[in-house]
Amino acid sequence: MDVQTLVDGLFKGDIISTTRLISLIENDFVKAQEIIRKIYPHTGNAHVIGITGPPGSGKSSLVNKLALTWRNRGKTIGIIAVDPSSPYSGGALLGDRIRMREISGVEGIFIRSMATRGSLGGLARATRDAINILDASGKDVVIVETVGAGQSEVEIMKVAQTIVMVLCPGLGDEIQAMKAGTMEIADIFAVNKSDKPEAMETVNDLERMLNYEGLDESKVGWMPLIVSTSSTANIGIEELVDKIEEHQGFLTSMTSEASHEKRAAMELVDTLITKIENEAIKKAKESPVYNELVKKIVEKKIDPYQAADIILRKYMTN
Amino acid sequence: MKRIKVLVAKPGLDGHDRGAKVICRALKDAGMEVVYSGLEQTSEQIVSAAIQEDADVIGLSILSGAHRVILPSVTRMLKEKGITDVLVIVGGIIPTEDHEFLKRHGIAAIFGPGTPLKKAAEYIRENVNKDRILIEEK
Repeated sequence: MDVQTLVDGLFKGDIISTTRLISLIENDFVKAQEIIRKIYPHTGNAHVIGITGPPGSGKSSLVNKLALTWRNRGKTIGIIAVDPSSPYSGGALLGDRIRMREISGVEGIFIRSMATRGSLGGLARATRDAINILDASGKDVVIVETVGAGQSEVEIMKVAQTIVMVLCPGLGDEIQAMKAGTMEIADIFAVNKSDKPEAMETVNDLERMLNYEGLDESKVGWMPLIVSTSSTANIGIEELVDKIEEHQGFLTSMTSEASHEKRAAMELVDTLITKIENEAIKKAKESPVYNELVKKIVEKKIDPYQAADIILRKYMTN
Repeated sequence: MKRIKVLVAKPGLDGHDRGAKVICRALKDAGMEVVYSGLEQTSEQIVSAAIQEDADVIGLSILSGAHRVILPSVTRMLKEKGITDVLVIVGGIIPTEDHEFLKRHGIAAIFGPGTPLKKAAEYIRENVNKDRILIEEK
Protein backbone atom coordinates (compact mmCIF):
# COMPACT_ATOMS: atom_id res chain seq x y z
CA MET A 1 0.00 0.00 0.00
CA ASP A 2 1.31 3.45 -0.81
CA VAL A 3 1.93 6.09 1.83
CA GLN A 4 -0.99 8.32 0.82
CA THR A 5 -3.52 5.50 1.22
CA LEU A 6 -2.13 4.70 4.66
CA VAL A 7 -2.18 8.35 5.71
CA ASP A 8 -5.80 8.67 4.58
CA GLY A 9 -6.58 5.57 6.64
CA LEU A 10 -4.76 7.05 9.63
CA PHE A 11 -6.95 10.15 9.61
CA LYS A 12 -10.03 7.92 9.51
CA GLY A 13 -8.81 6.07 12.60
CA ASP A 14 -7.97 2.84 10.74
CA ILE A 15 -5.79 0.74 13.04
CA ILE A 16 -4.04 -1.24 10.30
CA SER A 17 -2.94 1.99 8.58
CA THR A 18 -1.69 3.33 11.91
CA THR A 19 0.33 0.23 12.68
CA ARG A 20 1.81 -0.04 9.15
CA LEU A 21 2.83 3.62 9.22
CA ILE A 22 4.68 3.10 12.51
CA SER A 23 6.53 0.14 10.94
CA LEU A 24 7.51 2.29 7.97
CA ILE A 25 8.87 5.12 10.09
CA GLU A 26 10.81 2.56 12.13
CA ASN A 27 12.34 0.81 9.16
CA ASP A 28 12.50 3.17 6.22
CA PHE A 29 14.06 6.58 6.79
CA VAL A 30 13.14 7.84 3.32
CA LYS A 31 9.46 6.91 3.65
CA ALA A 32 9.48 8.24 7.23
CA GLN A 33 10.19 11.71 5.88
CA GLU A 34 7.38 11.49 3.36
CA ILE A 35 4.96 10.35 6.07
CA ILE A 36 5.91 13.09 8.51
CA ARG A 37 5.58 15.71 5.78
CA LYS A 38 2.00 14.57 5.19
CA ILE A 39 0.91 14.33 8.82
CA TYR A 40 2.86 17.13 10.51
CA PRO A 41 0.13 19.80 10.13
CA HIS A 42 -2.24 17.43 11.97
CA THR A 43 -0.04 16.99 15.04
CA GLY A 44 0.18 18.93 18.28
CA ASN A 45 -3.21 18.05 19.73
CA ALA A 46 -2.35 15.13 22.00
CA HIS A 47 -1.03 15.52 25.53
CA VAL A 48 2.26 13.61 25.44
CA ILE A 49 3.29 12.09 28.76
CA GLY A 50 6.68 10.55 29.42
CA ILE A 51 6.93 7.75 31.98
CA THR A 52 10.50 7.11 33.01
CA GLY A 53 12.36 5.55 35.91
CA PRO A 54 14.70 2.69 36.80
CA PRO A 55 14.11 -0.89 35.61
CA GLY A 56 11.63 -2.70 37.81
CA SER A 57 10.17 0.41 39.41
CA GLY A 58 6.79 -0.49 37.93
CA LYS A 59 6.51 1.80 34.91
CA SER A 60 4.55 -0.61 32.70
CA SER A 61 2.11 -1.59 35.47
CA LEU A 62 1.52 2.07 36.21
CA VAL A 63 0.99 2.85 32.50
CA ASN A 64 -1.61 0.07 32.47
CA LYS A 65 -3.53 1.73 35.33
CA LEU A 66 -3.12 5.25 33.95
CA ALA A 67 -4.47 4.25 30.54
CA LEU A 68 -7.41 2.46 32.15
CA THR A 69 -8.24 5.52 34.25
CA TRP A 70 -8.07 7.86 31.26
CA ARG A 71 -10.17 5.48 29.17
CA ASN A 72 -12.81 5.53 31.93
CA ARG A 73 -12.71 9.30 31.74
CA GLY A 74 -13.55 9.08 28.06
CA LYS A 75 -10.11 9.70 26.55
CA THR A 76 -8.43 7.70 23.80
CA ILE A 77 -4.86 6.63 24.50
CA GLY A 78 -1.80 5.70 22.47
CA ILE A 79 1.10 4.00 24.23
CA ILE A 80 4.66 3.59 23.00
CA ALA A 81 6.66 1.26 25.22
CA VAL A 82 10.40 1.22 24.58
CA ASP A 83 12.74 -1.60 25.62
CA PRO A 84 16.43 -2.06 24.79
CA SER A 85 17.90 -3.88 21.80
CA SER A 86 20.72 -6.35 22.35
CA PRO A 87 24.15 -4.89 21.56
CA TYR A 88 25.17 -8.40 20.48
CA SER A 89 22.39 -9.87 18.35
CA GLY A 90 20.41 -6.71 17.62
CA GLY A 91 17.32 -8.57 18.82
CA ALA A 92 15.12 -7.42 21.66
CA LEU A 93 12.73 -8.79 24.25
CA LEU A 94 9.88 -6.33 24.48
CA GLY A 95 8.14 -7.22 27.71
CA ASP A 96 6.05 -4.21 28.64
CA ARG A 97 2.83 -5.70 27.32
CA ILE A 98 2.94 -8.41 29.98
CA ARG A 99 1.98 -5.74 32.55
CA MET A 100 -0.67 -4.23 30.30
CA ARG A 101 -2.97 -7.21 29.99
CA GLU A 102 -5.90 -5.29 31.48
CA ILE A 103 -5.84 -2.79 28.61
CA SER A 104 -4.85 -5.19 25.84
CA GLY A 105 -7.59 -5.26 23.22
CA VAL A 106 -9.57 -2.44 24.85
CA GLU A 107 -11.20 -0.24 22.22
CA GLY A 108 -9.64 3.24 22.19
CA ILE A 109 -6.26 2.11 23.53
CA PHE A 110 -3.38 1.41 21.15
CA ILE A 111 -0.15 -0.16 22.46
CA ARG A 112 3.04 -0.39 20.45
CA SER A 113 6.32 -1.87 21.69
CA MET A 114 9.51 -0.47 20.24
CA ALA A 115 13.16 -1.57 20.45
CA THR A 116 15.87 1.08 20.92
CA ARG A 117 18.04 -0.26 18.05
CA GLY A 118 21.18 1.28 19.44
CA SER A 119 19.84 4.64 20.61
CA LEU A 120 21.11 5.47 24.08
CA GLY A 121 18.86 8.25 25.38
CA GLY A 122 16.10 5.96 26.63
CA LEU A 123 14.04 6.08 23.43
CA ALA A 124 14.31 4.75 19.88
CA ARG A 125 15.14 6.98 16.93
CA ALA A 126 11.63 6.50 15.60
CA THR A 127 9.85 7.25 18.89
CA ARG A 128 9.23 10.92 18.16
CA ASP A 129 7.78 10.13 14.73
CA ALA A 130 5.62 7.38 16.22
CA ILE A 131 4.25 9.91 18.73
CA ASN A 132 3.37 12.17 15.81
CA ILE A 133 1.53 9.32 14.11
CA LEU A 134 -0.55 8.51 17.20
CA ASP A 135 -1.16 12.23 17.72
CA ALA A 136 -2.33 12.64 14.12
CA SER A 137 -4.57 9.58 14.47
CA GLY A 138 -6.55 11.58 17.01
CA LYS A 139 -5.45 10.04 20.30
CA ASP A 140 -6.13 12.43 23.21
CA VAL A 141 -3.24 11.16 25.29
CA VAL A 142 0.03 9.61 24.15
CA ILE A 143 2.01 7.84 26.86
CA VAL A 144 5.67 7.11 26.16
CA GLU A 145 7.37 4.62 28.44
CA THR A 146 11.16 4.84 28.27
CA VAL A 147 13.57 1.96 28.74
CA GLY A 148 14.53 1.38 32.34
CA ALA A 149 16.37 4.65 32.90
CA GLY A 150 19.51 5.07 34.96
CA GLN A 151 20.85 8.53 35.49
CA SER A 152 21.25 10.08 32.08
CA GLU A 153 18.46 8.93 29.76
CA VAL A 154 16.87 12.35 29.33
CA GLU A 155 15.77 12.20 25.66
CA ILE A 156 12.20 11.93 26.89
CA MET A 157 12.21 15.61 27.90
CA LYS A 158 12.48 16.53 24.23
CA VAL A 159 9.34 14.67 23.20
CA ALA A 160 7.01 14.71 26.22
CA GLN A 161 5.18 17.65 27.75
CA THR A 162 4.74 16.11 31.19
CA ILE A 163 7.34 13.82 32.68
CA VAL A 164 6.54 11.35 35.42
CA MET A 165 9.51 9.77 37.16
CA VAL A 166 8.53 6.43 38.66
CA LEU A 167 10.57 5.49 41.71
CA CYS A 168 10.17 2.79 44.30
CA PRO A 169 11.53 2.15 47.77
CA GLY A 170 15.03 0.79 48.28
CA LEU A 171 16.88 2.38 45.39
CA GLY A 172 19.25 4.66 47.27
CA ASP A 173 19.56 7.53 49.71
CA GLU A 174 19.00 11.25 49.34
CA ILE A 175 22.31 11.82 47.54
CA GLN A 176 20.97 9.71 44.68
CA ALA A 177 17.91 11.95 44.65
CA MET A 178 20.06 15.09 44.43
CA LYS A 179 22.11 14.08 41.42
CA ALA A 180 21.84 15.67 38.01
CA GLY A 181 20.20 13.93 35.09
CA THR A 182 16.94 12.03 35.08
CA MET A 183 15.99 13.23 38.58
CA GLU A 184 16.01 16.82 37.37
CA ILE A 185 13.60 16.44 34.49
CA ALA A 186 10.58 15.16 36.43
CA ASP A 187 7.43 17.25 36.70
CA ILE A 188 5.86 14.63 38.92
CA PHE A 189 7.43 11.89 41.02
CA ALA A 190 5.39 8.73 41.45
CA VAL A 191 6.67 6.79 44.44
CA ASN A 192 5.40 3.42 43.35
CA LYS A 193 4.99 0.23 45.41
CA SER A 194 3.83 2.56 48.18
CA ASP A 195 2.12 -0.37 49.89
CA LYS A 196 5.61 -1.25 51.14
CA PRO A 197 6.45 0.35 54.50
CA GLU A 198 9.84 1.68 53.30
CA ALA A 199 8.08 3.87 50.74
CA MET A 200 7.71 6.65 53.31
CA GLU A 201 11.50 7.05 53.44
CA THR A 202 11.65 7.50 49.68
CA VAL A 203 8.95 10.16 49.90
CA ASN A 204 10.88 11.90 52.70
CA ASP A 205 14.13 11.88 50.71
CA LEU A 206 12.34 13.37 47.73
CA GLU A 207 10.63 16.03 49.83
CA ARG A 208 13.96 17.09 51.29
CA MET A 209 15.43 17.23 47.79
CA LEU A 210 12.58 19.32 46.44
CA ASN A 211 12.34 21.63 49.44
CA TYR A 212 15.23 23.73 48.28
CA GLU A 213 15.24 27.07 46.56
CA GLY A 214 17.68 26.34 43.82
CA LEU A 215 19.52 28.47 41.35
CA ASP A 216 18.17 26.75 38.26
CA GLU A 217 15.67 29.10 36.70
CA SER A 218 14.63 26.84 33.84
CA LYS A 219 11.73 25.32 35.77
CA VAL A 220 10.10 28.48 37.05
CA GLY A 221 6.47 28.24 38.06
CA TRP A 222 6.08 24.50 38.59
CA MET A 223 7.21 22.75 41.74
CA PRO A 224 7.57 19.00 41.08
CA LEU A 225 4.89 17.03 42.89
CA ILE A 226 5.13 13.73 44.70
CA VAL A 227 2.36 11.14 44.46
CA SER A 228 2.44 7.81 46.29
CA THR A 229 1.14 5.04 44.06
CA SER A 230 0.70 1.30 43.95
CA SER A 231 -0.51 -0.41 40.80
CA THR A 232 -1.20 -3.71 42.52
CA ALA A 233 -3.09 -2.19 45.48
CA ASN A 234 -4.69 0.49 43.27
CA ILE A 235 -3.42 3.39 45.39
CA GLY A 236 -2.95 6.94 44.12
CA ILE A 237 -3.78 6.24 40.47
CA GLU A 238 -6.68 8.72 40.20
CA GLU A 239 -4.58 11.29 42.06
CA LEU A 240 -1.67 10.79 39.66
CA VAL A 241 -3.95 11.29 36.66
CA ASP A 242 -5.33 14.45 38.31
CA LYS A 243 -1.83 15.81 38.87
CA ILE A 244 -0.78 15.07 35.29
CA GLU A 245 -3.86 16.96 34.08
CA GLU A 246 -3.03 19.77 36.49
CA HIS A 247 0.41 19.99 34.90
CA GLN A 248 -1.18 20.09 31.47
CA GLY A 249 -3.32 23.02 32.64
CA PHE A 250 -0.20 24.74 33.93
CA LEU A 251 1.53 24.23 30.57
CA THR A 252 -1.41 25.67 28.68
CA SER A 253 -1.32 28.77 30.86
CA MET A 254 2.44 29.09 30.52
CA THR A 255 3.14 28.28 26.89
CA SER A 256 4.40 31.15 24.87
CA GLU A 257 5.78 31.67 21.41
CA ALA A 258 9.25 31.34 22.97
CA SER A 259 8.61 27.90 24.45
CA HIS A 260 7.18 26.62 21.16
CA GLU A 261 10.20 27.94 19.32
CA LYS A 262 12.57 26.34 21.82
CA ARG A 263 10.94 22.95 21.27
CA ALA A 264 10.87 23.36 17.50
CA ALA A 265 14.56 24.32 17.49
CA MET A 266 15.38 21.20 19.49
CA GLU A 267 13.45 19.08 16.99
CA LEU A 268 15.24 20.73 14.09
CA VAL A 269 18.70 20.15 15.58
CA ASP A 270 17.91 16.49 16.33
CA THR A 271 16.66 15.95 12.81
CA LEU A 272 19.74 17.64 11.37
CA ILE A 273 22.00 15.38 13.40
CA THR A 274 20.17 12.27 12.19
CA LYS A 275 20.27 13.39 8.56
CA ILE A 276 23.93 14.44 8.64
CA GLU A 277 24.90 11.24 10.42
CA ASN A 278 23.02 9.05 7.93
CA GLU A 279 24.41 10.89 4.95
CA ALA A 280 27.96 11.08 6.26
CA ILE A 281 28.15 7.39 7.09
CA LYS A 282 26.62 6.41 3.76
CA LYS A 283 29.06 8.57 1.81
CA ALA A 284 32.01 7.43 3.89
CA LYS A 285 31.25 3.76 3.31
CA GLU A 286 30.76 4.34 -0.41
CA SER A 287 34.05 6.23 -0.72
CA PRO A 288 36.92 4.28 -2.28
CA VAL A 289 39.27 5.01 0.62
CA TYR A 290 37.03 3.68 3.39
CA ASN A 291 38.34 0.12 3.56
CA GLU A 292 41.88 1.27 3.10
CA LEU A 293 41.55 3.73 5.99
CA VAL A 294 40.13 1.01 8.23
CA LYS A 295 43.19 -1.14 7.48
CA LYS A 296 45.52 1.75 8.23
CA ILE A 297 43.85 2.31 11.59
CA VAL A 298 44.35 -1.35 12.44
CA GLU A 299 48.02 -1.04 11.50
CA LYS A 300 48.28 2.14 13.64
CA LYS A 301 49.56 4.07 10.63
CA ILE A 302 46.80 6.57 11.14
CA ASP A 303 44.41 7.40 13.99
CA PRO A 304 40.60 7.52 13.70
CA TYR A 305 40.50 11.34 13.88
CA GLN A 306 42.87 11.70 10.94
CA ALA A 307 40.94 9.09 8.96
CA ALA A 308 37.65 10.87 9.63
CA ASP A 309 39.19 14.17 8.50
CA ILE A 310 40.36 12.64 5.22
CA ILE A 311 36.84 11.39 4.49
CA LEU A 312 35.24 14.68 5.52
CA ARG A 313 37.61 16.82 3.41
CA LYS A 314 37.49 14.65 0.32
CA TYR A 315 33.92 13.40 0.15
CA MET A 316 31.66 15.63 2.18
CA THR A 317 32.28 19.02 0.68
CA ASN A 318 29.26 20.07 -1.29
CA MET B 1 15.90 -6.28 5.42
CA LYS B 2 14.10 -5.12 8.50
CA ARG B 3 14.23 -6.97 11.80
CA ILE B 4 11.71 -9.78 12.10
CA LYS B 5 9.11 -8.96 14.75
CA VAL B 6 7.54 -11.86 16.63
CA LEU B 7 4.59 -11.78 19.01
CA VAL B 8 4.74 -14.61 21.54
CA ALA B 9 1.51 -15.28 23.44
CA LYS B 10 -0.04 -17.85 25.75
CA PRO B 11 -3.63 -18.34 24.67
CA GLY B 12 -6.35 -19.38 27.08
CA LEU B 13 -6.18 -20.63 30.62
CA ASP B 14 -2.63 -21.88 30.73
CA GLY B 15 -0.22 -20.76 33.41
CA HIS B 16 2.93 -22.54 32.29
CA ASP B 17 5.20 -20.19 30.37
CA ARG B 18 8.71 -21.47 30.97
CA GLY B 19 8.82 -22.70 27.37
CA ALA B 20 7.45 -19.43 25.99
CA LYS B 21 10.10 -17.49 27.91
CA VAL B 22 12.89 -19.75 26.64
CA ILE B 23 11.73 -19.30 23.05
CA CYS B 24 11.52 -15.51 23.57
CA ARG B 25 15.13 -15.46 24.66
CA ALA B 26 16.27 -17.68 21.83
CA LEU B 27 14.57 -15.55 19.18
CA LYS B 28 16.00 -12.39 20.76
CA ASP B 29 19.46 -13.97 20.55
CA ALA B 30 18.72 -14.82 16.91
CA GLY B 31 18.35 -11.08 16.26
CA MET B 32 14.56 -10.83 16.27
CA GLU B 33 12.41 -8.29 18.08
CA VAL B 34 10.19 -10.35 20.34
CA VAL B 35 7.09 -9.02 22.06
CA TYR B 36 5.92 -11.25 24.89
CA SER B 37 2.33 -10.52 25.82
CA GLY B 38 2.10 -12.86 28.76
CA LEU B 39 -0.35 -15.39 30.11
CA GLU B 40 -4.07 -16.03 29.68
CA GLN B 41 -4.62 -14.16 26.44
CA THR B 42 -7.94 -14.34 24.64
CA SER B 43 -7.96 -14.79 20.87
CA GLU B 44 -9.21 -11.20 20.55
CA GLN B 45 -6.28 -9.91 22.62
CA ILE B 46 -3.75 -11.88 20.60
CA VAL B 47 -5.09 -10.65 17.28
CA SER B 48 -5.34 -7.08 18.54
CA ALA B 49 -1.74 -7.19 19.85
CA ALA B 50 -0.48 -8.69 16.57
CA ILE B 51 -2.10 -5.84 14.64
CA GLN B 52 -0.92 -3.06 16.95
CA GLU B 53 2.63 -4.45 16.96
CA ASP B 54 2.51 -5.17 13.22
CA ALA B 55 4.07 -8.54 14.02
CA ASP B 56 5.49 -10.62 11.16
CA VAL B 57 5.11 -13.83 13.14
CA ILE B 58 2.78 -15.00 15.90
CA GLY B 59 4.16 -17.73 18.14
CA LEU B 60 1.53 -19.38 20.32
CA SER B 61 2.53 -21.54 23.23
CA ILE B 62 -0.13 -23.91 24.52
CA LEU B 63 0.01 -26.85 26.88
CA SER B 64 -3.53 -26.90 28.16
CA GLY B 65 -5.15 -29.21 25.62
CA ALA B 66 -7.50 -26.52 24.30
CA HIS B 67 -5.56 -26.12 21.05
CA ARG B 68 -8.31 -27.54 18.80
CA VAL B 69 -10.63 -24.74 19.88
CA ILE B 70 -8.49 -21.72 20.60
CA LEU B 71 -5.90 -21.92 17.79
CA PRO B 72 -8.43 -22.01 14.94
CA SER B 73 -10.24 -19.07 16.58
CA VAL B 74 -7.03 -17.00 16.43
CA THR B 75 -6.43 -17.77 12.75
CA ARG B 76 -10.09 -17.18 11.90
CA MET B 77 -10.07 -13.76 13.58
CA LEU B 78 -6.87 -12.83 11.75
CA LYS B 79 -8.54 -13.68 8.47
CA GLU B 80 -11.63 -11.66 9.42
CA LYS B 81 -9.40 -8.63 10.04
CA GLY B 82 -7.76 -9.09 6.65
CA ILE B 83 -4.42 -10.20 8.06
CA THR B 84 -3.22 -12.88 5.67
CA ASP B 85 0.54 -12.32 5.55
CA VAL B 86 1.45 -13.23 9.14
CA LEU B 87 3.12 -16.55 9.90
CA VAL B 88 1.38 -18.37 12.77
CA ILE B 89 3.34 -21.10 14.52
CA VAL B 90 2.72 -23.12 17.66
CA GLY B 91 4.81 -24.63 20.41
CA GLY B 92 3.85 -26.81 23.33
CA ILE B 93 2.08 -30.10 23.87
CA ILE B 94 0.11 -31.00 20.76
CA PRO B 95 -0.67 -34.68 20.04
CA THR B 96 0.53 -35.66 16.57
CA GLU B 97 -2.96 -36.73 15.52
CA ASP B 98 -4.04 -33.07 15.82
CA HIS B 99 -1.25 -31.65 13.63
CA GLU B 100 -3.09 -32.17 10.36
CA PHE B 101 -6.23 -30.52 11.76
CA LEU B 102 -4.32 -27.45 12.95
CA LYS B 103 -2.44 -27.09 9.68
CA ARG B 104 -5.76 -27.12 7.85
CA HIS B 105 -6.73 -24.20 10.11
CA GLY B 106 -3.82 -21.95 9.21
CA ILE B 107 -1.12 -23.05 11.64
CA ALA B 108 2.09 -23.16 9.60
CA ALA B 109 4.21 -25.27 11.92
CA ILE B 110 4.09 -27.06 15.25
CA PHE B 111 7.11 -27.44 17.50
CA GLY B 112 6.96 -29.99 20.28
CA PRO B 113 9.14 -30.50 23.34
CA GLY B 114 12.82 -31.04 22.56
CA THR B 115 12.86 -28.90 19.41
CA PRO B 116 16.35 -27.37 19.10
CA LEU B 117 16.04 -23.58 19.58
CA LYS B 118 18.01 -22.97 16.40
CA LYS B 119 15.50 -24.95 14.40
CA ALA B 120 12.63 -22.66 15.44
CA ALA B 121 14.63 -19.52 14.56
CA GLU B 122 15.67 -20.99 11.20
CA TYR B 123 12.12 -21.99 10.38
CA ILE B 124 10.92 -18.44 11.03
CA ARG B 125 13.67 -16.92 8.92
CA GLU B 126 12.92 -19.22 6.00
CA ASN B 127 9.14 -18.98 6.13
CA VAL B 128 8.33 -15.43 7.21
CA ASN B 129 6.52 -13.49 4.49
CA LYS B 130 9.35 -11.95 2.50
CA ASP B 131 7.32 -8.91 1.40
CA ARG B 132 6.88 -7.94 5.03
CA ILE B 133 10.57 -7.82 5.83
CA LEU B 134 12.03 -6.58 2.56
CA ILE B 135 11.83 -2.92 3.57
CA GLU B 136 15.40 -1.77 3.35
CA GLU B 137 16.61 -0.54 6.73
CA LYS B 138 18.23 2.85 6.35
